[in-house]
Amino acid sequence: MAAALLRRIPAARAPAMALMAARPISDSTAALTIETSVPFTSHLVDPPSRDVTTTPAELMTFFRDMSVMRRMEIAADSLYKAKLIRGFCHLYDGQEAVAVGMEAAITRGDSIITAYRDHCTYLARGGDLVSAFSELMGREAGCSRGKGGSMHFYKKDANFYGGHGIVGAQVPLGCGLAFSQKYKKEDTATFALYGDGAANQGQLFEALNISALWKLPAILVCENNHYGMGTAEWRAAKSPAYYKRGDYVPGLKVDGMDVLAVKQACRFAKEHAVVNGPIVLEMDTYRYHGHSMSDPGSTYRTRDEISGVRQERDPIERVRKLIYAHDLATPAELKDMEKEIRKQVDDAIAKAKESPMPDTSELFTNVYKKGFGVESFGPDRKELRATLP
Amino acid sequence: MAAAASSALHGVGAVASAKPRSAAPAVARRSVRVAAAAKGGAGPARGRLVARNAVAAKADEATAAAGSKSGGHELLLFEALREALIEEMNLDPTVCVMGEDVGHYGGSYKVTKGLAEMFGDLRVLDTPIAENSFTGMGVGAAMKGLRPVVEGMNMGFLLLAYNQISNNCGMLHYTSGGQFKIPIVIRGPGGVGRQLGAEHSQRLESYFQSIPGLQMVACSTPYNAKGLMKAAIRSENPVVLFEHVLLYNLKEKIPDEEYICCLEEAEMVRPGEHVTILTYSRMRYHVMQAAKTLVNKGYDPEVIDIRSLKPFDLHTIGNSIKKTHRVLIVEECMRTGGIGASLRSAIIDNFWDYLDAPIMCLSSQDVPTPYASTLEDATVVQPAQIVAAVEQICQ
Repeated sequence: MAAALLRRIPAARAPAMALMAARPISDSTAALTIETSVPFTSHLVDPPSRDVTTTPAELMTFFRDMSVMRRMEIAADSLYKAKLIRGFCHLYDGQEAVAVGMEAAITRGDSIITAYRDHCTYLARGGDLVSAFSELMGREAGCSRGKGGSMHFYKKDANFYGGHGIVGAQVPLGCGLAFSQKYKKEDTATFALYGDGAANQGQLFEALNISALWKLPAILVCENNHYGMGTAEWRAAKSPAYYKRGDYVPGLKVDGMDVLAVKQACRFAKEHAVVNGPIVLEMDTYRYHGHSMSDPGSTYRTRDEISGVRQERDPIERVRKLIYAHDLATPAELKDMEKEIRKQVDDAIAKAKESPMPDTSELFTNVYKKGFGVESFGPDRKELRATLP
Repeated sequence: MAAAASSALHGVGAVASAKPRSAAPAVARRSVRVAAAAKGGAGPARGRLVARNAVAAKADEATAAAGSKSGGHELLLFEALREALIEEMNLDPTVCVMGEDVGHYGGSYKVTKGLAEMFGDLRVLDTPIAENSFTGMGVGAAMKGLRPVVEGMNMGFLLLAYNQISNNCGMLHYTSGGQFKIPIVIRGPGGVGRQLGAEHSQRLESYFQSIPGLQMVACSTPYNAKGLMKAAIRSENPVVLFEHVLLYNLKEKIPDEEYICCLEEAEMVRPGEHVTILTYSRMRYHVMQAAKTLVNKGYDPEVIDIRSLKPFDLHTIGNSIKKTHRVLIVEECMRTGGIGASLRSAIIDNFWDYLDAPIMCLSSQDVPTPYASTLEDATVVQPAQIVAAVEQICQ
């Protein structure tokens, strides 16, 4: 039973969701081989096989994790409309397979950095629902103490580097993380995520050039949801084959709605990057919501398109079908699980609402880090610096 | 104890009340330094590292070296910066340098000459011409435990990295609720040179001063260049170190022993009674030149090199104003939105009651720096103008 709750990923990882009581559904760790929905398309490299090894336990985990994420994003939508979440709120529903599949392929020693659509990536890296909702509502218990907001989720102990508002700026940061990994000889990789809109930023190509020159273990992952806010990809990019835009850097195009394909691609990419240097992954994915909560998402695309994707390609439904096909759980059991997840999310929101707003004194904390020769004095210098020991 | 030793270096008073630092963040790094000292025999108690230039000191450069136990050694400012880099890179393996032509070429101003041979290509990194991304990479590397020193070949080029410096470097410590620290040093030469043209004569301190989370210091002598560089590297905060293109060949004798300058302290250049002149970087020399003339005319100016551009050392500055009651600010920034403008506000907010005359601020003109030498000279503040300003203030 406990096996169902354990991840095959080592290191300190115990997401709150894993502590829920196990259901009497298949928790077997017997190997299953499943074919990805479509073959991989590659650029300058031999693509990995379409056959992905997984286990029933892992599939159940995928279902659960993605359902929690989906539930969280929908709850965030309601909270935003209730004006409990303010400012910008960018929701990830539809794209869950990327976060979950990536996490399944790597360890907590690898680093992930992404842009502002970061709530689910935070959860995948071990963040908990209460911290996430608290941060969204600007409360003290938030993962950034209420000072970051929706676009600034971070989890240092899980090597999750956020959470960035400026489009594309996180990619050079990600290459810097990869540089640090190489410098310290860590044998891990960095996944720097960005969108199809950010793919046209110059700093990406600059960073890719440097990463290729210095052979950094940087994996640039384009989460291509086909719309950069309101601009469709064919209107923004002369060449929307984002996996080829690395030019001299190899690339792989992946069905981002298929969690097993994502897992396979990320494992392949990590193996490549730690030996050969950078690689580009393009995840073909889709977001159901608009760019953010201020965007209805229907002025630049048709409702038919959105519902079409939801019917044909929804990541959670795909896993559900796999679960039924391999007889891992019954519909009733999955429905119970979803009910339980809904309750879990609601409980987390209630708990987050209890957390107070940060104290006014918090306005001035964490601007600078206290350290050698750093205290800032007013006109009456009250503190004296000490000599170093 | 350690306090007494550092006063020997600088004739500083009031050190006795210094309290030992409680468990500071960089425990691991301290042990690196202690270990290095034990190995390399860098001399006695490493506790004497902090050298302080408080107002009480009658310090001037000669005292610094004269106080040195073994006579000191003479070098140029760029060599002092290099010495600091070498010492810190030897002490701490996470310190690395990145910039254009810093490695094999040796640095466009020779600050990093020889470092690539000493430390290898992974620690002294030649970057392509991509300021935005390599500054971002420096910030990312700092988030993950390294201590990069990022060089802008000319400070003005760092405008291309403004987003990385402002939004990421300055703010990540805050927006992550304190999870990440960014111990990066961003340095490079700026200021008006010898007919370098408008785009190569930028003074970025005015652009960067509003960025929350950044610290800014400007060096002006070989002594403080080395001290500030070392302090900046050791600081857990992002520090921007402003050097000046025309000051790299200044020669001075500096102590042989290790020393560090405090990042937030101003330097008393010339104590006086009649007027407080606040300046930094190259203008310090114009002010000292004017001071000679002023002394001949019977004035006694107090000259303070503020060094710390963010935050201002209001303690030193305040003590001076309480003594002289008149302030002149001489800077190389443009008038609009410059360091002088902020400093003036800060002084008015804090020391209004002590002022006997309006604060005067001499800055560069609000024009792009012209190429013609006569025009360029007219852009920046000249000693004659400083003399005239002091005469006006002291009427």
